[in-house]
Amino acid sequence: MGWLSKLTGSKKTEIPSDLWNKCPKCNEILIKKDLAKNLHLCPKCDFHLRMPVWDRIAMLTDNNSFVELDNQMESSDPLNFLDTMPYTERIQKSICATDTFDAITCGEATLDGHRILLGVMNFEFMGGSMGSVVGEKVTRLMELAYEKKIPVVIVSSSGGARMQEGILSLMQMAKTSQTIARLAEVSVPYISILTDPTTGGVSASFAMLGDINMAEPGSLIGFAGPRVIEQTIRQKLPDGFQRSEFLLQHGILDLVIHRRQMKSILSKILKLLN
Amino acid sequence: MPLEFEFERPILELEKRLRDLQSLSEEGHIDLSREINAIASKIEAMKIDIFKNLEPWQVAQIARHPQRPNTLDYINILCGDTFVEIHGDREFHDDPAIVSGFGIIEGRAVALIGHQKGHDTNENLFRNFGMPQPEGFRKAQRLLRLAEKFKKPIIAFIDTPGAFPGIGAEERGQCEAIAHNIMLMARIKVPVLCFVIGEGGSGGALAIGVGDRVFMLENSVYSVISPEGCAAILWKDASKAKDAAKAMRIVSSDLMSLGVIDGILREPIGGAHHDYEFAATSVRETISTHLPVLQAMTQNDLLERRYKKFRSMGKFKISPEIEDA
Repeated sequence: MGWLSKLTGSKKTEIPSDLWNKCPKCNEILIKKDLAKNLHLCPKCDFHLRMPVWDRIAMLTDNNSFVELDNQMESSDPLNFLDTMPYTERIQKSICATDTFDAITCGEATLDGHRILLGVMNFEFMGGSMGSVVGEKVTRLMELAYEKKIPVVIVSSSGGARMQEGILSLMQMAKTSQTIARLAEVSVPYISILTDPTTGGVSASFAMLGDINMAEPGSLIGFAGPRVIEQTIRQKLPDGFQRSEFLLQHGILDLVIHRRQMKSILSKILKLLN
Repeated sequence: MPLEFEFERPILELEKRLRDLQSLSEEGHIDLSREINAIASKIEAMKIDIFKNLEPWQVAQIARHPQRPNTLDYINILCGDTFVEIHGDREFHDDPAIVSGFGIIEGRAVALIGHQKGHDTNENLFRNFGMPQPEGFRKAQRLLRLAEKFKKPIIAFIDTPGAFPGIGAEERGQCEAIAHNIMLMARIKVPVLCFVIGEGGSGGALAIGVGDRVFMLENSVYSVISPEGCAAILWKDASKAKDAAKAMRIVSSDLMSLGVIDGILREPIGGAHHDYEFAATSVRETISTHLPVLQAMTQNDLLERRYKKFRSMGKFKISPEIEDA
């Protein structure tokens, strides 16, 4: 024990590391239990940490109103893909780690009494990547919306298309985008919420095709990842590049909304557009 | 003279021996016709053997060959002087990485778009190696709308390493531009034929790749990410591009068996760069076969079939049983 602690009589209490996080922005120690209660916002600097799917669903929907759809859908391995690990093994690991079958959870719910169809992506599941399952679930959600004339809200968080399903992943961009075009033909609103990070094949398809596109503060949003851009142009990227506020300033987003206000702004928009 | 590939070396060596024998026979007035014929037929057999058994990574090299016919080469052969190029997105800039315009093919007026690569360094610098900026995609949007307005079928040529990753491109909404193109193309009310003529690189390729029929030239590739990019991310080693090319299934026969394309167009042996006319004839014949069929459909039928085509892509299972989309 050092002289200082002897002097003050304080004893350092060790917190097991699975119980705490560090704020990526201000380095504040965040107790996980408290974090969940605070909508995964840093209490000191208000940084928006990534939010687990079920916390997000609870935050956006009315109590117990969420009914999950297509929750048994699972990736197959159409290419028999093997990199440093078989794709099937990666899938199983992600299923165990996240307790979901793929990178999006979809369902029907109410939001301040408005019926909505909601999809929430999960970055923890293979980087939120879009393969056949994400593509199919988004498509089914949009088709249900078309049929029943219910507005759609999708919360994106994804590194892009899933390489392990090759060209079939790329085609999910066409598959999802065309259902949005069809939904537009019957004037049913689709609101897209982009969260940290949304890039690649997801930002270049359904995430950017909302009637209203909005984002959480400080989210990384773009087509190419910052590292790819830096390597290509051999130049350091400016501060705040590809963050929500930057996109808002350049006219690419409609709104940047604090997590605490997300439900109420959605409620307002649904009332105005429906 | 086309550039040579490593895997072509045995052919090139035999060809050199053939030339040596031929000049020896001419200069020395010796009859070497038996030897010459033997080598010539050996060369033909070897060509067939080598080019029928290319590795995906080798096909990718042919697809990227600097002398491979590019969009304007095809347009010039197919349309001749009927082609009128149109420029600009009316908002910001004219992107030389995408060309668009109207022309006549086999007596039919059509709208044409394509990624444009160059054959040499200067051309490639001007064309940005065929990597579009958002304004390139927005120029394509203009063309799609004009084609719809004047009821002209659309022919799209796909040949890009991908959309350009740069500061300006992001500032001007690269992701929005691509997404918008895909969505627009899916519902455009005229027939759309797409040809992957070289490199079909990711979202930048798909941005002009949503068609009623999608074809690939025999030695072209089409993938979700470049083999180098995939290797860098999954293997953490860009030199594993060869493995990534194989794993991702990027060659025309793969895409055919995965149900992503509707046909494979023949190329001259060794690749399209050996004979532009041959490759262009494959494209012309395909247009002549498929366009009348699509033009005979009602608008609703056309759009419904296009929707179903992309709707069915993907494979997944619903536990416990396996189901196709």
